[in-house]
Amino acid sequence: MTTTDLIVLRAEGLYCAAGDFFIDPWRPVSRAVITHAHADHARSGHSRYLAHVKSEGILRTRIGADIALQTLEYGESISINNVNVSLHPAGHVLGSAQVRVENEGRVWVASGDYKVAPDATCVPFEPVRCDTFITESTFGLPVYRWRDDAEVFAEINTWWAENRDANRPTMLACYSFGKAQRILSGLDSSIGPVIVHGAVDPLNRAYRAAGVALPETKLVSEVTDKADINRALVLCPPSASASTWANRFKNASVGFASGWMQLRGRRRMGGYDRGFVLSDHADWPGLQSAIKATHASRVIVTHGYEAVMTRWLTEQGLEAGSFKTEYGDDAKESTHDAS
Amino acid sequence: MKRFSLLFQELDRSTATLDKVAALKRYYADASPADAAWATYFLAGGKPRQVVKTAELRVLAREVAQIPEWLFEEAYQAVGDLAETIALVLPTHSDAGSLSLAERVRERVLADQVPAEDCANRDTLSPTLPPGGREQQVRIDAGLAEWIEQRLLPLKSLDETERAKLIRSYWNELDTTGRFLLTKLIGGGFRVGVSKLLVQRSLAEHAGVDPKRIAERMMGFTDGTRSPTANEFLRIIRAENSSTTNANSESENGASIDASREPNEALSEPTEVNGQPYPFFLAHQIPFALAAFDEKLGPPSDWIVEWKYDGIRAQIVKRSDRVFIWSRGEELMTDRFPEIVEQANALPNGMVLDGEILVWKEGAAQPAPFALLQQRIGRKTLTKKVLADAPVVFMAYDVLENEQRDLRQFVQRERRVILEKLLSQFATKYLLSPNIAGQAWQDLETLRSESRVRGVEGFMLKHRDAAYGTGRTKADGTWWKWKIDPMTIDCVLIYAQAGHGRRASLYTDYTFAVWSRAPRDAAEAQQVIDNIADGKPVPEGAMTDVLQLVPFAKAYSGLTDEEFKRVDAIIRKNTINKFGPVRSVKPSLVFELGFEGINESTRHKSGIAVRFPRMLRIRDDKPIHEANSLSDLRSMLLGENIA
Repeated sequence: MTTTDLIVLRAEGLYCAAGDFFIDPWRPVSRAVITHAHADHARSGHSRYLAHVKSEGILRTRIGADIALQTLEYGESISINNVNVSLHPAGHVLGSAQVRVENEGRVWVASGDYKVAPDATCVPFEPVRCDTFITESTFGLPVYRWRDDAEVFAEINTWWAENRDANRPTMLACYSFGKAQRILSGLDSSIGPVIVHGAVDPLNRAYRAAGVALPETKLVSEVTDKADINRALVLCPPSASASTWANRFKNASVGFASGWMQLRGRRRMGGYDRGFVLSDHADWPGLQSAIKATHASRVIVTHGYEAVMTRWLTEQGLEAGSFKTEYGDDAKESTHDAS
Repeated sequence: MKRFSLLFQELDRSTATLDKVAALKRYYADASPADAAWATYFLAGGKPRQVVKTAELRVLAREVAQIPEWLFEEAYQAVGDLAETIALVLPTHSDAGSLSLAERVRERVLADQVPAEDCANRDTLSPTLPPGGREQQVRIDAGLAEWIEQRLLPLKSLDETERAKLIRSYWNELDTTGRFLLTKLIGGGFRVGVSKLLVQRSLAEHAGVDPKRIAERMMGFTDGTRSPTANEFLRIIRAENSSTTNANSESENGASIDASREPNEALSEPTEVNGQPYPFFLAHQIPFALAAFDEKLGPPSDWIVEWKYDGIRAQIVKRSDRVFIWSRGEELMTDRFPEIVEQANALPNGMVLDGEILVWKEGAAQPAPFALLQQRIGRKTLTKKVLADAPVVFMAYDVLENEQRDLRQFVQRERRVILEKLLSQFATKYLLSPNIAGQAWQDLETLRSESRVRGVEGFMLKHRDAAYGTGRTKADGTWWKWKIDPMTIDCVLIYAQAGHGRRASLYTDYTFAVWSRAPRDAAEAQQVIDNIADGKPVPEGAMTDVLQLVPFAKAYSGLTDEEFKRVDAIIRKNTINKFGPVRSVKPSLVFELGFEGINESTRHKSGIAVRFPRMLRIRDDKPIHEANSLSDLRSMLLGENIA
């Protein structure tokens, strides 16, 4: 990396020297631009935060109500030390954004996490023209190809209906922020009641407050009719599906919704009854089309299959390199955080 | 194929036996006998000969997916299964969906006033749908039997270009699961977490026939040299009382001729000699210690005690002057052992023996090590030299049929009497497994300690009053394996490779080394480890002089999932180098490795090959310089015990 690069890697995170700010830094800094409110991208301890307006509620809940936070709408730009900064939809979760940085005629975009498939619970990904695109690569292998959400939701609803008919609870483990709400938006709530874990509930409230329509949900403590338990679909984080909290849902059929469920070995290793392939990250074709659409001549690959993507893009004639970031703790191994 | 695909998905995603049985029964209710025959064949472990080489499939998949070889290999490393990798990298019909999303992206780009020609080559970055992909989907779904018989098996005789064309069109026709199954079937069989027993149970419930009878009728059904047929399937599930023959006498003493073997009611070709074996009765590892034998087993006099031979379990079937040799895996191996076939000439028809095939040289006091038998099985043609170097014998220990009568309900001691009489009456070269006498279990324990010297694996205990059961059941009595403890050695992990299937992306396959000689002290050992970590070459000199770590065994079983995860993390932290899928690891972990046998080997640097190596435990308590050395392995070779 030459010193003239607009964004470089520092021990604290991705750094824009011209504007003296960081993007999703993992160590405390004076000014942080946050792509989205997932814990590995939005950390505590920074002096000032900049994020999308729809990230505000969740950031304040997760990091602290009193953080110094400035918000932007998509497409709205501000100047930080004469560097033009704007946020653009990343289609990952509510309020997720790509960061566009413009200085002296050069345009760099840091993607954060993104997906290109439509999602009823957040604004869809928009490609932004740039010279250099910093892209994630969580699912940067050609075996990762997602099906349309409608097909996956139909599978989940069928499974739920079958369980209800067999008089057993349906428990679906998924990441609480983003994935849970996306699933909620695809559920057929005529099948039965929806119960959510305490970790999912505050995020549902944040989504509803941001104007996203979700079906009615209950906490298990709010269930008055015991018969509802066996008719219900229960959404919870993966850690809860094997905890004592889950004991109350006796004989539950347990599923897991994640991009990692694409691989049979992963499905079997997890020991879940069902694995649903549903990811908030771009699949292989999605990564390719997103990169192409930016028209960037240079691509810097972060968390995921950096080496594979870098080599592939180089062979496609692009200038490609990688940044070693601390997003997602070894995405290839994690089935919980980066799903 | 769609129906079979659905069955596979149902079996694959369920962990509950009841769900699997239910799924199988639904399938059997829907499927035609011809399709059901093939489904049963595959699920019960049948493996047809490979019709296309995997190398050819890899190349073809890469071409269709438009990805380079290295990327395919990266994908394979992550997936851990070749057929699955192929199924997943091929462009899917729903890729059309994500392509349309890309179209959406393109529209936005256009709205952003990007010159249209810039977008024209967008597709060079993403694989495109093969031409005609969509039209193909409307084809009527062919059944499993048609797929196999009309489409897959003929591939073998085509030239490569024709074959490639057809496989492409087949892939095109199917969804991801269908492609996975097809590729598995092309490559020769697959595993779905369904046991043969479970298939038999489902068939039994489907047909309303005793599962044991189904098991009997299915013997040899999965033999790889032939194709299953609808008629055979119908014979397997035929109702038991459809025969007017001696069904009653059967239930009275259980020792009559099996009704299903009556030629007049069998749907199989009437001219065909029935060479079917019986389901093998399998032994259990004895689960308690010597001290508990008296209490749990009673006195030794209740038991027939025999040596446990380390050969190939086999049934010799002789009917209508023809001889069949069956392996425990229900493969016909008649051609492999002409000596044993010839020696059966002296024996009468309507006879089935159970026993062990061993290499036993003329005049030797004991059988040769299993390694020699293994070498012989590996030979494609049995030359005179092979026959002379590794002559085989049949060690008989049970008789299952005599004078065309099924003897399995006779108790062990009765069968033993018949067997002894049979072998002495017809002067055959078959050997009789000797009965070992002992007043007390302790006497037998003393004898058992001689097992290694005698070239056996310990004892078999068979209750005198036990019938011959079916498979690994205990309902009709029990056979116990009282094996000698494995040999053990403490060794060092030096290479690791990711596993397959559910262990893909997890380092679970390890290579272990011992010291070339005992290190003088911890410091000397540490120096060697540091040199390895720094990538310094081993100094010149004999292995006995220059201390180094010598690889001698690979193992991938014996640890729990938790332990594997722990070792995986240590491997990732201590990786020195990567060679393709293999990582060299800075030596830091000592394992206790167990194995069943040890032999000299010219193929290994260590000069030693061990049999059935597996990890017994991680020796966190053991400093690395205290791991064993090559001389310890050598003393084992000579039958000495090491401390």
